[in-house]
Amino acid sequence: MATEYVVHEANDTVGVVVIEGLKGGKEYSGWLMDGDKDLSMTILDDIPIGHKVALKDFNVGDDVIKYGIVIGKVVNPIKKGEHVHVHNLKTKRW
Amino acid sequence: MKDTFLGYRRDNGRVGVRNHVIIMPLDDLSQAAVNAVANNVRDCLPIVHPYGRLQFGADLDLHFRTLIGAGCNPNVAAVIVIGIEKVWTDRVVEGIAKTGKPVAGFGIEQHGDLETIRLASLKAKEFVQYASALQRVECPLTDLWVSCKCGESDTTSGAASCPTVGNAFDKLWAKGLTLLFGETTELTGGENLVAARCETPEIRAKFQYFFDRYAKVVDDHKVDDLCDSQPTKGNIEGGLTTIEEKAMGNIQKIGKKCTVCGCLDKAESPTHPGLWFMDTSSAAAEMITLAAAAGFVVHFFPTGQGNIIGNPIIPVIKLSANPRTVRTMNEHIDLDVSGILRREMNLDQAGDKLLDIMMKTINGRLTNAEALKHQEFVMTRLYESA
Repeated sequence: MATEYVVHEANDTVGVVVIEGLKGGKEYSGWLMDGDKDLSMTILDDIPIGHKVALKDFNVGDDVIKYGIVIGKVVNPIKKGEHVHVHNLKTKRW
Repeated sequence: MKDTFLGYRRDNGRVGVRNHVIIMPLDDLSQAAVNAVANNVRDCLPIVHPYGRLQFGADLDLHFRTLIGAGCNPNVAAVIVIGIEKVWTDRVVEGIAKTGKPVAGFGIEQHGDLETIRLASLKAKEFVQYASALQRVECPLTDLWVSCKCGESDTTSGAASCPTVGNAFDKLWAKGLTLLFGETTELTGGENLVAARCETPEIRAKFQYFFDRYAKVVDDHKVDDLCDSQPTKGNIEGGLTTIEEKAMGNIQKIGKKCTVCGCLDKAESPTHPGLWFMDTSSAAAEMITLAAAAGFVVHFFPTGQGNIIGNPIIPVIKLSANPRTVRTMNEHIDLDVSGILRREMNLDQAGDKLLDIMMKTINGRLTNAEALKHQEFVMTRLYESA
């Protein structure tokens, strides 16, 4: 089946859009790479290829998990299905 | 995959996959003479760079280590070195001569450019004819040194093209090859995972020393969170948001099985087979130049958004899993692994395809970067000149 977004690990809280021109407001098919499982979810925003989608609701200060590790902290609230990027996620290191 | 390939065995025992005659300046001032010699004699490769004056201490040591290492690289058959001052020029010549390969140095002072160009061109002609008579011979794959570094990464790099290199590295590591990764700051967030792959506490301590040393450089000079520099604008365009996320993608290149057998300072050479870490910049041309100076002969380069880097000494093999990059920048991409993300190809198959291209490349086929004349030679500087 078509893969429109991928998720690295089962406990990740973001996925990655892997098709060009994804339009928000409908259900999409995903692939959990670790364990090779099919997923699906409603994506709310138009998200460019390679950009992340929230797999859960986030509050400011929450950690974001990808590859099973913390990749940064949330700086603006995010709803499940919304675009996650530099406008709402920042590094915890620098 | 065959366990042998056709390479150029040098007098010091190392094996090259190319047979370059390089014309190398000691310093910025000697570029004009270097370019003139390369213009006079066919099949000479000018390696130009803008440094070499009033450097001192560790930065000067690295300058010499990089130039001598580049000349010693087994992809190089013979070397002409041209510098403004004869003494420092001869220091590079003597370092390269230890390999047993033909090398000659020319100082410009007391001769001028034109006489230097005349003498160096005559020597270059002799070296090119010498190199053209050398033959490829069958060599065991274990004589091959392979480096990796990714560039203009995006999230497809961490999901597919970097894991493809990791799959190939695991296979080459099991066969006993000499392998290299680096990019110190680009491990930030995943450095504990690399530390855990170090084979002994001593190696782990050395890795941590290099990591902390580079982290201090960032801390001492940063004015913000480095957003737009590391990750780059291109990384961000491609969907990468934080250094931790970029690092986790980067680390996929060292596979799942390889363990780290040693850590090298910039442009230092490994002393035995295995996977080595080198403390390097994460800028593509700087890292690959350091890999060339350390003696690596072929390079794997995963890209997301489409970094077009090449190197004059090492063939750079590019792979991408981003379908837009593969479509819009096809002439730069040697291997399309976007099928992984469509579930049309698995990682094991992608790793085998990369090794197929590696075999063709080391037996003589030009990579896209070579065919397009990408010859970025960029020396790492540690601080200002005196």
